[in-house]
Amino acid sequence: MGRITLDKVSKSFGEVEVIPPLDLTIDDGEFVVFVGPSGCGKSTLLRLIAGLEDVSGGEIRIDREPATHLPPAKRRLAMVFQSYALYPHMTVRKNIAFPLRMAGLDKAEQDRKVEEAARVLNLTDYLDRRPGQLSGGQRQRVAIGRSIVREPSAFLFDEPLSNLDAALRVGMRLEISELHARLKTTMIYVTHDQVEAMTMADKIVVLQAGRIEQVGSPLELYRTPKNVFVAGFIGSPKMNLFSGPEAAKHDAHTIGIRPEHIAASTTEGTWQGRVVVSEHLGSDTFLHVHDTGLAEVMTVRVDGEFDVRHGDSVFLTPEPDKIHRFDAAGLRIA
Amino acid sequence: MARAVTPRRKAFNTLAAWIVGVLVFFPILWIVILSFKTEGDAIKTPLAVLSAPWTMESYAVVQERSDYFRHFWNSVVISLGSTVIGLVIAVPSAWAMAFVPGRRTKDVLMWMLSTKMLPPVGVLLPIYLICQSLGLLDTKIALVVILMLINLPIMIWMLYTYFKEIPRDILEAARMDGASLKEEVLYVLLPMAVPGIASTLLLNIILAWNESFWTLNLTAAKAAPLTAFIASYSSPEGLFYAKLSAASTMAIAPILIMGWFSQKQLVRGLTFGAVK
Ligand SMILES: Nc1ncnc2c1ncn2[C@@H]1O[C@H](COP(=O)(O)OP(=O)(O)OP(=O)(O)O)[C@@H](O)[C@H]1O
Ligand SMILES: [Mg+2]
Repeated sequence: MGRITLDKVSKSFGEVEVIPPLDLTIDDGEFVVFVGPSGCGKSTLLRLIAGLEDVSGGEIRIDREPATHLPPAKRRLAMVFQSYALYPHMTVRKNIAFPLRMAGLDKAEQDRKVEEAARVLNLTDYLDRRPGQLSGGQRQRVAIGRSIVREPSAFLFDEPLSNLDAALRVGMRLEISELHARLKTTMIYVTHDQVEAMTMADKIVVLQAGRIEQVGSPLELYRTPKNVFVAGFIGSPKMNLFSGPEAAKHDAHTIGIRPEHIAASTTEGTWQGRVVVSEHLGSDTFLHVHDTGLAEVMTVRVDGEFDVRHGDSVFLTPEPDKIHRFDAAGLRIA
Repeated sequence: MARAVTPRRKAFNTLAAWIVGVLVFFPILWIVILSFKTEGDAIKTPLAVLSAPWTMESYAVVQERSDYFRHFWNSVVISLGSTVIGLVIAVPSAWAMAFVPGRRTKDVLMWMLSTKMLPPVGVLLPIYLICQSLGLLDTKIALVVILMLINLPIMIWMLYTYFKEIPRDILEAARMDGASLKEEVLYVLLPMAVPGIASTLLLNIILAWNESFWTLNLTAAKAAPLTAFIASYSSPEGLFYAKLSAASTMAIAPILIMGWFSQKQLVRGLTFGAVK
């Protein structure tokens, strides 16, 4: 229960085609993350699945049943919004009970499920407060509580953590992952955050301009990006990508090498350049190296103890089997 | 946020506010004062008026001469009736315009507003004739319908502005939670829009209560509200300031009291969105 299939689904707003026809299958119980640059259509795709927007073409099936023309209320999906979208005039208890009340459950059953959800989400002490009297993290938990009580066939999250501060984000990220492990319900999660995508996903869908660039597990995307776009998008800091004679040496139009796959030395190496910025994170240091004759800036990850300063000369050596090769069309060469 | 306000500036602002307040309120105050004077004293110079003895004489005469309570009841029925029916029509219209706007929604809104720029006399004759042929002259029904239609653009505009302020996400969340359209409006939209709806309601009751063009032209005796009650004292027999003032005081008192008690709500609703 919770298999979602998109078959040639497309969406236009007036003249503008935001999502060209697209196929995607999300298996039951999967944690799927949509990533892509801002404005690429992640939210739109999620809203099409939710039924909050009508498709311009194609078919959506949920559990093999056609759902293209079902209203959101009939799709048995739950959504958690970036803005939390709690009902400000209702107490936390009423907020969480709302989907149950709409489903026509009797009062005792509603109470039982609300108490249960509140217990799981540590909200028991706040049940009689209004959303306005809660912190951001608590509001987010109420929004999650409201979505789980109804036992939906899938959860849809649209950047649910982007309004939280960094520390809270890490906590909530773990809570959502635990929730998925416990409920084993399909989850579709939209995010900007590399770490969220890599750590939470079973499957990542990389979108650009409404098109799917690649679908795969986080490690698949990291190890074998299908094209230059995915190579540059997945991984932080970004992969170094460059063309020219050095790429030609590898029989490719463009080659890429991740910052963590380059060794730096002050004495010898394949390429030579000049350190312009070094960012010390403590455990690691990221060097931004200019004048290598390759890319304008090469980013290199070195050990925190590696000691170079602005203007120093460094030698860089790539790990040969970690070089990604792409053809003139930007596609990966196997 | 907190801006430094010097005591002098504060005193000046307070004084200015009081002057404006007194200027606006003075005519009403003067009417109330005149209503407690004899007819003879009421036409004297202002200072003489103030020093003249107080009396309830005018009220007694007005009470005796005309039926205050019938007029009062007509006013209540007409203003409440037109406002409530108006709301029933305006809420769904404003909902549609705010949440499922079409390409022509803005034009429709402007067009509705433009009807307020038409001088009412321009349509007096046709409306009078329609009422006449339907046998609706001097009936409360006719006034309820006409005042409702006249105030409808304002109601829809006000509600539209309030609804616009309500985050779409929350209504979409309700839809995701399994609410039907009716449930979404009833349990989520309306409770959130209560301040806006309340001030729309209050403002329209006040507008309908004070409306005098249509009420004077389309009523004679049966359906005449308080506006007609006042007008009947500015008669060709000569001006009776004291009695006219007593009648006016009695006519505006109910709405003034209502306004006094609801002013907080009214201000909150009217400035909704602007302050937040
Ligand atoms: N209601 C709408 N009318 C017209 N265009 C729209 C509408 N909603 C979205 N768009 C357009 O569709 C494109 C995709 O928008 P969408 O919100 O799905 O992007 P996104 O990937 O979620 O971006 P972000 O990461 O910034 O949230 C954008 O170019 C946007 O301008
Ligand atoms: Mg988005």
